[in-house]
Amino acid sequence: MRRTHNRFAPGPRHFLDWPAARRPRPRDHGALLLFDHRGKAPMSGPNNEFDPVEVTPLKAEEVEAMTEAALAAVAAATDLDALKQVRIEHTGDRSPLALANREIGALPPQARKDAGQRVGKARGAVNQALAARQAVLEAEHEERMLVEETVDVTVAVDRRPRGARHPLTTGAERIADVFVAMGWEIAEGPVLEAEWLNFDALNLGPDHPARTMQDTFWTDPAENHVVLRTHTSPVQARTMLTRTPPIYVACPGRVFRTDEYDATHSPMFHQVEGIAIDEGITMAHLKGTLDHFAAAMFGEGISTRFRPSFFPFTEPSAEVDLVCFVCRGTAVDADGATCRTCRGEGWIEWGGCGVMNPRVLVACGVDPERYTGFAFGMGIDRTLMFRHGVEDLRAFFEGDVRFATAFGTEI
Amino acid sequence: MKAPVSWIREHVDLPADVTTEELARRLTDLGLKLEAIERPGHDITGPLVVGRVLTKSPEPQKNGKTINWCTVDVGDANGTGEPQGIVCGAHNFEPGDLVVVVLPGGVLPGDFAISARTTYGHLSAGMICSAAELGLPAGFGGASDGIIVLPPDAGAPGDDAFALLPLRDEVIEFEINPDRAYALSLRGVAREAALAFDAPYADPVDRPVPAADGEGHPVVVDDPDGCPVFVARTVSGFDPTAPTPDWMARRIQLAGMRPISLAVDVTNYVMLETGRPIHGYDADKVTGALRVRRATAGERLTTLDGTDRALSPEDLVVTDDSGIIGLGGVMGGETTEMSSTTTRVLVEAAHWDAVSMFRTGRRHKITSEAGKRNERGVDPTICEAAADRVVELLVAHGGGTADAGVTVVGTPPAPAKVTVAADLPARVSGIDIDAATTRRHLAAVGCGVGGDDAALDVVVPPWRPDLTDPFDMVEEVVRIVGYGAVPSVLPTPTAGRGLTREQRLRRRVGRALAGAGLVEVVSFPFTGEAALDALEVPADDERRRTVRLANPLSTEEPSYTTTLLTGTLAAAARNTGRGMPGIALFETGTVAFASDVAAPLLGVDRRPTDDELAALLGALPRQPLHLAVVLGGQRDNPGWWGAGRDADWVDVVGVVRDLAGELGVEVQVENDQLAPWHPGRCAKVVLVGVDGTRTTLGHAGELHPRVVARLGLPARTSAAELDLDLLLAAVPDAVRGPVFSTYPVAKEDVALLVDAAVPAGDVEAALREGAGALLESLRLFDVYTGAGVPEGSKSLAFALRFRALDRTLAEGEAAAARDAAVALATARTGAALRG
Repeated sequence: MRRTHNRFAPGPRHFLDWPAARRPRPRDHGALLLFDHRGKAPMSGPNNEFDPVEVTPLKAEEVEAMTEAALAAVAAATDLDALKQVRIEHTGDRSPLALANREIGALPPQARKDAGQRVGKARGAVNQALAARQAVLEAEHEERMLVEETVDVTVAVDRRPRGARHPLTTGAERIADVFVAMGWEIAEGPVLEAEWLNFDALNLGPDHPARTMQDTFWTDPAENHVVLRTHTSPVQARTMLTRTPPIYVACPGRVFRTDEYDATHSPMFHQVEGIAIDEGITMAHLKGTLDHFAAAMFGEGISTRFRPSFFPFTEPSAEVDLVCFVCRGTAVDADGATCRTCRGEGWIEWGGCGVMNPRVLVACGVDPERYTGFAFGMGIDRTLMFRHGVEDLRAFFEGDVRFATAFGTEI
Repeated sequence: MKAPVSWIREHVDLPADVTTEELARRLTDLGLKLEAIERPGHDITGPLVVGRVLTKSPEPQKNGKTINWCTVDVGDANGTGEPQGIVCGAHNFEPGDLVVVVLPGGVLPGDFAISARTTYGHLSAGMICSAAELGLPAGFGGASDGIIVLPPDAGAPGDDAFALLPLRDEVIEFEINPDRAYALSLRGVAREAALAFDAPYADPVDRPVPAADGEGHPVVVDDPDGCPVFVARTVSGFDPTAPTPDWMARRIQLAGMRPISLAVDVTNYVMLETGRPIHGYDADKVTGALRVRRATAGERLTTLDGTDRALSPEDLVVTDDSGIIGLGGVMGGETTEMSSTTTRVLVEAAHWDAVSMFRTGRRHKITSEAGKRNERGVDPTICEAAADRVVELLVAHGGGTADAGVTVVGTPPAPAKVTVAADLPARVSGIDIDAATTRRHLAAVGCGVGGDDAALDVVVPPWRPDLTDPFDMVEEVVRIVGYGAVPSVLPTPTAGRGLTREQRLRRRVGRALAGAGLVEVVSFPFTGEAALDALEVPADDERRRTVRLANPLSTEEPSYTTTLLTGTLAAAARNTGRGMPGIALFETGTVAFASDVAAPLLGVDRRPTDDELAALLGALPRQPLHLAVVLGGQRDNPGWWGAGRDADWVDVVGVVRDLAGELGVEVQVENDQLAPWHPGRCAKVVLVGVDGTRTTLGHAGELHPRVVARLGLPARTSAAELDLDLLLAAVPDAVRGPVFSTYPVAKEDVALLVDAAVPAGDVEAALREGAGALLESLRLFDVYTGAGVPEGSKSLAFALRFRALDRTLAEGEAAAARDAAVALATARTGAALRG
């Protein structure tokens, strides 16, 4: 059942229309005193007679007695409520001192000054005492409240589970940040890609043996020449076709191959591709970039090495290895056992790279006489697996919240 | 490619102290990547000795087998010199034969430790070994079955068998890249080893060959482009029962192939040695001239693997008078196959067009050792030498004689020539490489190098068809100089512009959703009809227009998905199945909708024109970036603070609205009906453009109870899917800093009665518009039906806050604005102020 909102029964109003009694008030009790002046007692009229009248309450000893009684009551108040009562009784409109004060007007003019000073001094002393006592009692009250409100802060406070971003997302972002910091930009492309961009433009002609190395998902019908991209390299081609050198871009993205799904293979995985095209680019710039990338991802002093390899879109081509960031190339761990991260190799296979094949430059409209370039690519999933000791690739794709939650929102 | 080190050393004179690891490392540095080092026989430990069988007593057993109780003289190997008693199950030996005996304490492959043990009533102290038990190829020692019987002159009892048998070797397995097909042979591997160690090299094809005389088996080549060279030789009087010599069988075995028969083994051996695939025909089954031509449509051939194949007009075939007898360079036919009765062998060593080989292999799905080499490119100049080597080995081990005739049709193509700027290796590598170094290294890989010190004229060696471009020469030079010499230099890019707007926004989406307690998942985008059926997506829905894959991994999921929900909901169900009390997931990814347009295959000799490029890109399927959100089960945990709370449609619509709010995009929601959502709890999320256009961003709400039950999700699981591209495009570029009033706020609450079917969103919109500029905020804080509200109506309670920028509102101003708001709501939605 739903709640009713009966407060609307009389019809909504602006608060200024409300009766005074329902108007909001300041909430502390001290301020309530402000309102107490409203209930005034009738006053004695002024005494304009020359006939001096002895007014008992204004006698010095009477005033002194009232004062002492008030001060004693103040001192005797043990809590704020008692003090409030004392305040009403000894400073309120009907208190002896207030009543005495009213009688001053009845005195002959020559006596008024004297009596006024006497009563004023007395009321001042009482108010001062009240204020002092108020401060003491408030401090005591606060102290007591704080003790009473003590809780066990060690109890569980997990009202709502924490969210997280996927390490593949944050990993790609981390990589992107490394390159953006170097002045590079991040380029992207679609996963359903034109066969021409995925293969032909990259010097992988229809009969190139390397096409069989890439176990490609073809879309139906094959005559439409659309594939699930097998690498992020078509983004290279797209970038060259749409930008003019100098070009420095990194392209993280999702790629597909017809691999059966197991602990180290997946039909879908992620790569980051990098290309630089400029005048005078050499393999040395490739090495420098990858060394910097390695150090940024795996720590100062972690560098790379090249081994000759083959990729149709680069020439010369190299495989790039990373100094093992755990054993730092010693192949043994801290206990002297074979390093588990690099399996005792001292190096970790990281990816492929090379100098941009001039044939690719030609197909993509870059003048190979003026520009040279380099390209590299590595698996993001694989990089994260060894960086974070993930044993089974499938952990990335199962969606178990415990996996992503461990990585939080940055990696 | 598996290369036994002993075989490599036969062709290159490596220093004796070069270890296999060092050799593998140096070859890897040159581009022959080490895959693995195998050490066959190194898992055998002695004592493994020669023994002479003294006695052999057959003893029939109850299980029907007969075992032989033997005594064997093992010399002093057993420490006593006494005959060794051994039970043996094999029968292919007699007393007096020399055999191989492993004595107690020895270990055979598979960590098989030998000890004296009682079996069949005897204490058997050791084992008489078979080829298989020692890891040697079947038939080793001439015995096709049973134990190894050594030749009578092999040695004396007690001799160490390791010295006698090729038990131990080291084999380097290389991963050969497509450009280094020459290294699919010992010839090529040894050449690289010679390069690595600057060691003397003996080329196995460097042999004198008999000249072509036109007297050999007649051959006609109709397609010289497809088959530039065809060499035919014949061996007659061959003994088909002659065994393959042990050393050859062992090498074939170590190289990863299976010894079959002498004639077949010889062709394989020569292929491994030289890289040139050889085909052998039973010459008596060949009728008339061999002819090489392309097949014609409709022709068929049963290849020697027993498969009947329909041939393509692109396939190169070999024919004789009987018709087609082989797929040239790929696989022979059944009718002329060599057999156990073949006494005349017709040897074919032909050079085939690599592209044609590749296409035929792919077309017929044939992968073979021969095809692998032919399609990558083989040295066209070695056909005669390879054929001669085959003839030599057949004659040497199978008897018979080489027929006098030698047929050679065609000539190898002229070597390729490439002009290379002498400084190109330095300019490309960044290493200081002078012209002399370039010359020296190119010569070392077999190139002829001419020209001057500005431009080198390079003649490519015939075994390197991969060397066609100047940059190919750079790789050759630099790999010898060493990739380790490449300096590390950071390039200096031009100033970058940072992340793009979309890239930044995507990060923002992820952070906002994670901040709302959602966990990101990544699912495969593969889907199928069953998955869409499970979501009750109608047949005519756009989401049925999936992009189908020609070769899906699973027939259940043959398509690229149109909706992320299939994957995200599966992840949700998985988490539920694993005992998570609540699920709060999100996923971003592209989906795709099928396109009927074909993408052109353009040329690669120039940049495509802008029109060509536009046509190419325009042909791709539409691939919007989507966002999926799933919330189900426990959203707020129960605890000492009180009860928990399960997620429902409010949470998911809230996530969507909050995300839009975070991005500064104004969205509206409408009631809608769409699978897989609950028909009464589905919100269409609409983007309203500045011009009033309404674009559907997606849907959010509670899933249909049937879908929830079918997928095994918690009751009331809710989900959303949005087109993130559309949402992000609507994000304002730069938020203007807000100006707000610090004057006292005037609050007005209104309760309105409306028809139950009127969407609260419409009432809210009308109030907002009617309230005018003084309205600071408006919030629906209650919805009520029940006592006091007529049947078919509902009461909506809104809190309005008014404030002016420049003054405290005068008495009545807020009320007037409120009244105007209510008036418009009344006009638009029939709302009545509750009295």
